[in-house]
Amino acid sequence: MSTLNNPLLEAKGITKYFGTITALENVDLKVHAGECLGVVGDNGAGKSTLMKVLSGLYKPSSGSLFFQGKKEILESPKDSQNLGLEMVYQDLALAGNLPIGENIFLGREPTKNVGFLKFLDFNKIKELTNAHLGKLKINVKSADQKVEELSGGQRQAVAIARSTAFNAKVVIMDEPTAALAIKEVGKVLDLINSLKKTGVGVIVISHRMDDIFSVCDRVMALFQGTNFAESELSNTSRDEVIGWIMGKK
Amino acid sequence: MEEKDNNKDSLYLKLMPYIEKYGILLLLVLMILVMHILQPDVFLSWRNVTNVFKQISWQSMLALGVFMVIVTAGIDLSVGSIMMLSLMVLAIVAKAGAPWFIVVITPLIAGFLCGLFNGAGITLLRMPHPFIMTLGTLYIFRGTGNLISGGTPISGFTDEVRYLGHGRIDLTWLGLEKSQYLPVSLVLIAVVYIIFWFFLNHSRTGKWIYAIGGNPSAARASGINVNKILIIVYSLCGFLSGIGALILAGRTDSGYPNAGLQSELDAIAACIIGGASFFGGRGTVLGVFAGVMIMGILRNGLNLMDVSSFWQQVLIGSIIVIAVYIDVLRRDLGTRK
Repeated sequence: MSTLNNPLLEAKGITKYFGTITALENVDLKVHAGECLGVVGDNGAGKSTLMKVLSGLYKPSSGSLFFQGKKEILESPKDSQNLGLEMVYQDLALAGNLPIGENIFLGREPTKNVGFLKFLDFNKIKELTNAHLGKLKINVKSADQKVEELSGGQRQAVAIARSTAFNAKVVIMDEPTAALAIKEVGKVLDLINSLKKTGVGVIVISHRMDDIFSVCDRVMALFQGTNFAESELSNTSRDEVIGWIMGKK
Repeated sequence: MEEKDNNKDSLYLKLMPYIEKYGILLLLVLMILVMHILQPDVFLSWRNVTNVFKQISWQSMLALGVFMVIVTAGIDLSVGSIMMLSLMVLAIVAKAGAPWFIVVITPLIAGFLCGLFNGAGITLLRMPHPFIMTLGTLYIFRGTGNLISGGTPISGFTDEVRYLGHGRIDLTWLGLEKSQYLPVSLVLIAVVYIIFWFFLNHSRTGKWIYAIGGNPSAARASGINVNKILIIVYSLCGFLSGIGALILAGRTDSGYPNAGLQSELDAIAACIIGGASFFGGRGTVLGVFAGVMIMGILRNGLNLMDVSSFWQQVLIGSIIVIAVYIDVLRRDLGTRK
């Protein structure tokens, strides 16, 4: 773990308006290498909006993002991917009609040149997929299996594999366990812990205190679009964090 | 018990892709067999087979274009009108005395631009559904075609212009008779379908077209420029309709106001029969070809047996409903919820 003074990703004073609605107001956030930050808050507190700002899907109305100390302006998800900032969406953002491998490399498919034409390199996709899934200890029947044939936990694992296939430095996860059966939750949390060990900074948005308290190092609460409270996990308790979500200190 | 379920599951998973890919071909082969038994002397004769291919030649271009659009979970109702407008532009340019190599590219450009207009409308004007934009352009393009031609047929093209739709490849050097020629339009269908098969299955853009149909927000989150891909898809659909116009010009030697009337519905029907899903992301180029062939053979066979065209309508309609019902069943079985 690097020094706590140098965050990998830092957001300062993020404000986002949708028309007359203020979704975020002056929100700060930071995450360090190998650290897991939990973000909690009630429905409509601005968690998902904040994540979409961090992934380049939304442009903030004001405020700035710093990646490894350098100010960055994200125009699209492509920009954040190029920095090594990856997002695992709550709706998983997988195309069910495509195989696992093609989902992991969607938008960044390896190609081979045949004459002046560029063709998809299916062998390479398969090879890289198997190697990557093996590294993360994710078990599926075959990389050729379509995603719609997988269970919720397997899909979540594929989504996480997708986010880490390109040397991600920060992975942002929106409700990673919300759609899962109880026995699958543990596997996903193990996966998050192993990501942390490889030095990846992880941001987990979750409603579930179990998730927050089993993987996170620090927790911050949003309330009505503002920073409400923040603490090292060791200095707080479940009841206190639940209180923050309701807007009580 | 659990093991038995697993076996069933894995056998099913192994078979499913083949059924999805080749099931429709079985239906096609079955139809050919039935027709052959019913009309043993005529149906599989050289003359009749080439006739079927000539009849489906321009429809197959529209169907392929509409298919790509349907893969993105969209729809293009304007392909018949695009073809008519492109045909009229071709006829006017030909009558103005332009050299043949100019004449043959005008419908392709006109079709492409019409498709571009559709794509731009759907993405930039943020139409709630492609149905609305292309319903509008169904009227706009046909109206424009009638405006520029005065609503009257324009006939008489040179042989070079008619080559793709009317040309014959002589096969007497193979020892065949003079009447056993290969229509150029058949070769054109094969070439275009193979190119688009490669494009859809082996290029990144093609893969993204399927991804957009599977889950547009996943495609967007993957950094794919969804609007750009959609504009490309609708433009290519228009371009293929332009090729259809060029073939039709060759076949009929005329630009006429009713060209391609309701052919957008035939094109959609062929895609649906061929296994393309209206939900998007599903279907193959081979399936579309089979869909076009099934409709062509059905019409041809029923004509040979002197069945009323009203029955043809009933039958084609029934096949569409049954094909989609099979699609629904397949979806229920193939997806874990």
